[in-house]
Amino acid sequence: MKIGMILRPALIALLLALVVRPDWFVPVFAPLAPEGGPVIYQRASLLSLSLSHLGLVLMASLAATFVAVTLAIFVTRPAGAAFRPLSRTITNIGQTFPPVAVLALAVPALGFGAGPTLVALFLYGLLPIFENAITALSTLPPATMEAARGIGLSRWQRLVRVELPLALPVTLTGIRLSVVIALGTATIGSTVAARTLGEVIIAGLLTNNTAFVLQGGLIVGLFAVLIYDAMVLLERHLARRMGG
Amino acid sequence: MAWNLASPLAVLPGLAAVLLGLGLGLPAGFARLRLVGAVVGLAGLLWLLMQGAPALLDGAGEYARVSPAVGFWCLLVVLMLLMADALATMALGPMQRGAVLLTVIGALAIMLGSGVLADLSVMQEYAARRDAFVSELVRHLGLAFGSLAAAAVIGFPLGVLCHRREQLRGAILPVLSFLQTIPSLAMFGLMIPLLGWVGDTVPGAQAIGIAGIGFAPAFLALVLYSLLPVVGNTVAGLGATPPAALEAARGMGMTPAQRLLRVELPLGLPIILTGLRIVLVQNIGLAVIAGLIGGGGFGTFVFQGLNQTATDLILLGALPTVALALTAGIVMDILVELTRRTPKDTR
Amino acid sequence: MIEIDKITKTYGATQAVDSVSMTVETGTITVIVGTSGSGKTTLLRMINRLEEPTSGEVRINGESTLSLKPHILRRRIGYAIQGHGLFPHHTVARNIGAVPELLNWSRDKIAARVDELLDLFSMEPAQFRDRYPGELSGGQQQRVGVARALASRPDLLLMDEPFGALDPIIRTRAQEDLRRIQKRLGSTIMLVTHDMEEAIRLGDRVAVMDGGKLVQYATPPEIITHPATEFVANMVGDVERPLRLLSLIPLSEVVEEGSAEGEALPPEASLRDALSACLWTGRLAVPVVQDGRHMGRVTLDAIRARAELHT
Repeated sequence: MKIGMILRPALIALLLALVVRPDWFVPVFAPLAPEGGPVIYQRASLLSLSLSHLGLVLMASLAATFVAVTLAIFVTRPAGAAFRPLSRTITNIGQTFPPVAVLALAVPALGFGAGPTLVALFLYGLLPIFENAITALSTLPPATMEAARGIGLSRWQRLVRVELPLALPVTLTGIRLSVVIALGTATIGSTVAARTLGEVIIAGLLTNNTAFVLQGGLIVGLFAVLIYDAMVLLERHLARRMGG
Repeated sequence: MAWNLASPLAVLPGLAAVLLGLGLGLPAGFARLRLVGAVVGLAGLLWLLMQGAPALLDGAGEYARVSPAVGFWCLLVVLMLLMADALATMALGPMQRGAVLLTVIGALAIMLGSGVLADLSVMQEYAARRDAFVSELVRHLGLAFGSLAAAAVIGFPLGVLCHRREQLRGAILPVLSFLQTIPSLAMFGLMIPLLGWVGDTVPGAQAIGIAGIGFAPAFLALVLYSLLPVVGNTVAGLGATPPAALEAARGMGMTPAQRLLRVELPLGLPIILTGLRIVLVQNIGLAVIAGLIGGGGFGTFVFQGLNQTATDLILLGALPTVALALTAGIVMDILVELTRRTPKDTR
Repeated sequence: MIEIDKITKTYGATQAVDSVSMTVETGTITVIVGTSGSGKTTLLRMINRLEEPTSGEVRINGESTLSLKPHILRRRIGYAIQGHGLFPHHTVARNIGAVPELLNWSRDKIAARVDELLDLFSMEPAQFRDRYPGELSGGQQQRVGVARALASRPDLLLMDEPFGALDPIIRTRAQEDLRRIQKRLGSTIMLVTHDMEEAIRLGDRVAVMDGGKLVQYATPPEIITHPATEFVANMVGDVERPLRLLSLIPLSEVVEEGSAEGEALPPEASLRDALSACLWTGRLAVPVVQDGRHMGRVTLDAIRARAELHT
């Protein structure tokens, strides 16, 4: 805990500085850049790439969360129970699909740019959320559910007031996994010409510029770690409030 | 669509089979019927593909290519899902699932080997690069299985240690899950300067293949990614022994090594193997990225294809990767189930 | 003979077991009884060194337990616990043969011993040998647990709440089985429980623990009639005392000449059984019959007189 108290603000500050004022880090990265070559990525500002990267992830994750949770609610109702085995099969098979392959396979169908990346992020993001939401909704404490029926809540009220709030922490874990995967997969998205931080890394790989690789990797890595950490904190807070 | 491509007479049986397959497979309730429907439908689809491609190519130039369009892929996905669903509903035992997997692989091999699909552009792409394909396949498998082996050799003892010492567990597991958070491209990218530096400074390192580019950085990145599932599942598996059984083992005079080998390990094996399954499937997928840093594997085709906007080249890399990952997942699931097969109720 | 000599266990500032000394005769059942936190389990676990004593020592047949490596010592001491602790991935036969296997007995010898023990616990060997624990009922699992603890003919059998997880009817049967098997094998048993009823029913001697101290170590009648402290008296339960005492005395002790009406009882039945029969059927005496031979009768007056004798 104590290490976190110091480390967390320090990492946030480092990330902000890297993104907003990359020129401060020229002395750090200079030894890694090829002689005479650029030290900091110039073709686009790191800030705009970061925003575009996060925007893609946010859009895909929001859509994936909405669709996955809706589907999970549907198959855990009596009316949708028949679809549950099929949905499980799809989830199991889907998670075996490599994210890179999903991305690559989306290109022939959707062309280059943000489109295939968004679709790949969305599709791949569905699975962990769906799986966790189903687990959460089908393992609620039976006594609580019985009590909710006993005090006369309607189905809809039970769903909104009891089931969804109780399922939230486990569902959030799924969302967290999904977001972290999306952050990574979005990086590869720049191989299909989506505007993400992967652009910096790939430019570095192509021009043998380790400075680019490092700054791109560092920024994406910091985003991933900090977002992961923030979501863990959120889950813990919610779990504690529910006495978990 | 197909009417214009080949004579109606040739297309009709295929079209009928696809429709029959969908008709048999879509109604819910009968798993066997659904399976039959899926097989019939797939056969029909294959027939259409066989008839359509030569008809299209007829009279076209030497460099003309045919590839199935979105309609084909959608039908393929629907029929495969029907098949998977039917198999899942039938709840086959591990041996039976193994047999089904072998049958499917066999059918696929016969189909590809017989040359009936040779006119398809992916197959032409394959024919043009047969040698490269084989060597990238070997490289891909080497990356995935090699990193799995290395991660198991490092991770398993580490997991046992973490299981024994709680402080060590508290220190190591967060570091490993931190490593997992790093996006794969960044991880691969960061390995390059790191190993480049090692290759340049440590004498003899370059001689054994440690360098900033190629196999070594990709391999190391994969190993680092694999450590969390291996160590985490080893700890979870060894910790899954019922406390009373452990107490009894201690009370009857088993040494720590005997407890590990006779009680904790056999009981935790399914969970440990599940960790290896995660690693294998994950690494088969991640090894694609090695193509970007000159590490070889199917990623080479994928990224070449992306660079040249050559869809068939992308498919040549992506399809085998998906097939490998699926096969590995199914095989490992069977193994996990076999090791779990002692009592019905393990409490 | 087991000698426990001023054994003490300290966790930080708390004394879990405070200088306990007691001697257990070979071939008897000693029950250690106490509330949770009384140190009874810690005391038991120090005997096979699952807990290392802070000071003091235990001698088995004159030999200090500290002279052996702990795991070697434990192979010579049987250990049965609540919730049986069977290995879920091993068959019944392998579970029972676990300690002989550790002691490198031959395969045939282990197999013979397993069948012998299954017979002893009234479980058909051919039927149960190859089953897994998950396929047994709770009572059967518990019996296999005890059989496993007895497999290598240990000098001493330690039992920690062995019947704690069983429901009342199976529990009574398991207690009777244990008594029967102990008599037959002449084993030395130390058993921990929180249930005074169980202690009185099973124990040749009962050791009452409170706050880490041994507050009384005596025969069951002594514990009932002369509780050493208020705590012991509470454990016995004031209201139940006369009945508990009567339940320890067989009819053969107070049988007298004469005849009585109604259903007869065997001489091993307790005075409590006779009292119960008298009250229920409105008789003043019950006949005592052994194997069809009339031995006399036990009267309500004689029961009352015997109950008043305790002082």
